[in-house]
Amino acid sequence: MRRITYRDAIREALREAMQKDERVFLMGEDVGRYGGAYACSKGLLDEFGEERIRDTPLSESGFTGAGIGAALGGMRPIVEVMTVNFSLLCLDQIVNNAATLRHMSGGQFSVPVVIRMATGAGRQLAAQHSHSLENWYAHVPGLRVVAPATIADARGMLWSALEDPDPVIMFEHATLYNEEGDIAAEGPWAVDIDRAAVRREGKDATIITYGGSLPKALAAAQTLGEEGVSCEVIDLRTLRPLDTERILSSVANTHRAVIVDEGWRTGSLAGEISAQIMEGAFFELDAPVARVCTAETPIPYARHLEAAALPSVDAIIAAVRRTLRR
Amino acid sequence: MIAFRMPSLGADMENGKLIEWLKEPGDDIKRGDILAVVETVKGAIEIESFDEGVLEKHVATLGQSIPVGETLALIRGIGENSEEVDAGFRAESVSGDGAPKATPAARKRAHEASLDLAGITPGTDGVIGLEQVNAAISTMSEKPDADKTGATTKTKTVKPGLDLTVMRKSIGAAMARSKRDIPHYYVSSPIDCMALTDWLERENEKRSVAERILYAAPLIKAAALALLKTPNLNGFYTDEDFHSASGIHIGVATSLRGGGLIAPALHDADKLSVDNIMTHLRDLVGRVRTGRLRASEMSDPTVTISILGEDTADAVAPVIYPPQVAIIGCGSISKRPWVIDGDIKIRDIITVTVAGDHRVSDGRAAAQFLRHLSNAVQQPEEL
Amino acid sequence: MREAYDRVDLTTEHMRDLAHQMILIRRFEEKCAELYSAEKIRGFLHLYIGEEANAVGVMQALKPDDNIVATYREHGHALARGLPATEVMAEMYGKASGSSRGRGGSMHICSAAHRFYGGFAIVGGGLPLAVGLALADKMRGNDRVTCCFFGEGAAAEGEFHESLNLAALWKLPVLFVCENNGYAMGTALERSESETDICRHAQSYQIPAAAVDGMDVLAVEEAARDATEKIRASEGPFFLENRTYRFRAHSMFDAELYRAKEEVAEWEKRGPLVQFKRWTIENDFLSDDDYAMIEQDVAVIVNDAVAFAEDAPWEAEEDLLKDVTTPAAAVL
Repeated sequence: MRRITYRDAIREALREAMQKDERVFLMGEDVGRYGGAYACSKGLLDEFGEERIRDTPLSESGFTGAGIGAALGGMRPIVEVMTVNFSLLCLDQIVNNAATLRHMSGGQFSVPVVIRMATGAGRQLAAQHSHSLENWYAHVPGLRVVAPATIADARGMLWSALEDPDPVIMFEHATLYNEEGDIAAEGPWAVDIDRAAVRREGKDATIITYGGSLPKALAAAQTLGEEGVSCEVIDLRTLRPLDTERILSSVANTHRAVIVDEGWRTGSLAGEISAQIMEGAFFELDAPVARVCTAETPIPYARHLEAAALPSVDAIIAAVRRTLRR
Repeated sequence: MIAFRMPSLGADMENGKLIEWLKEPGDDIKRGDILAVVETVKGAIEIESFDEGVLEKHVATLGQSIPVGETLALIRGIGENSEEVDAGFRAESVSGDGAPKATPAARKRAHEASLDLAGITPGTDGVIGLEQVNAAISTMSEKPDADKTGATTKTKTVKPGLDLTVMRKSIGAAMARSKRDIPHYYVSSPIDCMALTDWLERENEKRSVAERILYAAPLIKAAALALLKTPNLNGFYTDEDFHSASGIHIGVATSLRGGGLIAPALHDADKLSVDNIMTHLRDLVGRVRTGRLRASEMSDPTVTISILGEDTADAVAPVIYPPQVAIIGCGSISKRPWVIDGDIKIRDIITVTVAGDHRVSDGRAAAQFLRHLSNAVQQPEEL
Repeated sequence: MREAYDRVDLTTEHMRDLAHQMILIRRFEEKCAELYSAEKIRGFLHLYIGEEANAVGVMQALKPDDNIVATYREHGHALARGLPATEVMAEMYGKASGSSRGRGGSMHICSAAHRFYGGFAIVGGGLPLAVGLALADKMRGNDRVTCCFFGEGAAAEGEFHESLNLAALWKLPVLFVCENNGYAMGTALERSESETDICRHAQSYQIPAAAVDGMDVLAVEEAARDATEKIRASEGPFFLENRTYRFRAHSMFDAELYRAKEEVAEWEKRGPLVQFKRWTIENDFLSDDDYAMIEQDVAVIVNDAVAFAEDAPWEAEEDLLKDVTTPAAAVL
């Protein structure tokens, strides 16, 4: 075992992918000389050169579209859109081109591109730099959406994403980059991105979450466990397609579900999961499904206000208690 | 929205009193599900749904007497939206009829344990959850004799009971109408049923008391087979025309303790074995006496048979139950002198009388029926 | 048309070929308009009539291995690229035998075999893709040009500018072909652009650019040959502005309130077919008889395409979700 950060894990994964497959290249704003806005690609320019660690102008639609085109042309591009906030500038390329090409060509073309972006709030970056729009992408057929929440997934998921012949959007929660954890000294690192992971087993309630909310869910489960309430924590890992089977089977055991999602509540992924539970496990429910989401406000700057807007450990604990009707 | 209405279960039914709900708002309704119990002049009858969907709401209230055709409840058909905007799950909300709030998991668990939610004490928030159901189940298993439904009748149902005076009035009205509207004819014949009684004796020797076959069972089967060959006796006279029935559902006239008479259907009697008929008969008679018949059993008979008990009377000439077109009356079996091949023998004789509707058939049909019945009775092992 | 053209193979055979292609596109689309009115073709139908010289001229300069990215007005490009008229027509019918198995329709004709990456129906959306295809070729060392068609309306989109910048910055082998027909749907160029000389946009990104008469197929061929030669010589992208005109409405349901009938009539006099026919006859390449023969051949092709589309099967509804993502079995 060795101790590394989430950022190190991403960097290792990038390096491994570049080494393993010469069709792989990384492009995005400041991925080269700057070393990546989150320092994920630091040092890679020296190792792989400007062709494969390609700095781009501030042209999200242009270079994301170019990544999609290069994938069509036989490459395995990794496009880094600095943050989900800027991805709105390339929404057209992702939704209108990447997601549709296979279908509208009658299966003739596929787009094996991986588009990485940082997501989430929690660092007092205010309304324009704190979005959690994972669900916007998870809404779109033709895309796969993944969210590594652990060091091991950060290490392994990129390669699994590159092996997918269809476009994959990978969300890295910005608060996770400094997280440290133990991982095995050596691979294999492959992650089954078709399946959600049970991060903690339990029998009284299921907490379903992903990405940056996983540490909060685990902390809540820990506190509740000390009180004798046993929570199962499911890390979705893949937000599209959802591992509905895993969600339903857990809820069938615990009869209670709490969904933690940093997206805004209205139209959230949490809403979708809640509907799936209603459709597939209604008669197993012993309490209404509870959602812990972000308050319906642009994310405020002031620290206490931002904290009040986001899902918190306390809010998760309260939601679990509510489902237990205690 | 589909209206679930008070059904017409017979020519003599004008209204019924709602005494129990067996489905709650929100429950899935499948075709054939029993939704409610209605007390009629003929006893408590379980009424079923012919539609599918989800029970939207109860319209009628318990204890109310409701005319045939009036809406009892609303069923939301598949794909239909709820009429009311769902206010969401609120623990403190209580539905109008006072039924308890229970979680889906609690409902499912209670259903599996045949436990009525009404008998379960809700949690502190007024909702019955798994915890409460599980507690009730463990209480039950500690007291195996506990009456599972006992607790429910107090809160959820009105005690069923037959008002015999009303029933007598109702029978009187139906029979008066029958005698007024139907031109009855009667054909009667004594039948040697020694083969049948001998066979029964042999059969019953092999069986425990509880499994013994009464002679009504093979007789019903024989009548059913004979009706197959005389379709003019099996069916309904409605809209000034005869409609022969596709199945043979024999109404078995059953007298109630303390008076009164009900003839619930034994469905497809021609297709059942004698053993099966016996099983159904026991069940039917049992439920007639406890007043729990299904709506279809009340409305489906295509012909009626009245079998007098042992040592009562030699023959019976019954009155047709409209809109049926025939009724078969069987007297008691008794020992009688009988001429066989020029010799006088002592034989078991039953006198069977057919009353027919002259608008549909005449005496020849009844005579044919009697001949077929007699033939069938001679070979009881074939029944 | 001019008296002489460089780089163009001035032979009867080539002239016959160009005439055949342009007439095929014209008759094919006239049939489409008829079929649209008869409700055989639905959705949006954007006709290329009047602009045929552009697709046909540019395609002469492209090799089978080059890439093509087109717009939603791409029937002409597809036919000029060699996609069978049968499959293109069946696609417009929405049939399973269509080039995109009925999933694309008029706006999304695709063919991997022809490296025809399809009609892209978001204005400007195809340009970044073309840049990416060229990037892949450059990185993989493929000697290939990616030809990207778009209208002058795209010049107002951010993706146009981002793509030109990227292609120039990375010196990518892209042939940008702006088919300037004067109207972005119903908005005239001078009403939407502060700089109406589209070539100057390209020049501002250091991309060599040339404007050409898009009603003259030989001029277009000549310009395209010149452009692709430069691109293949690793000089980076090239920008062609083809000044052209569409004779029909933007799409089928368009009252054309934004332009005068006289304007259309004026352009029709310079139509690519009439000009070319006059020129080839005057210069003794082709005769009236030759044109009659071409019309006959084309009529057969169009009729066959319609018959093929009529008879073609519908995709089974059970296959609705097919090709949304790659089936697991197809993943290597």
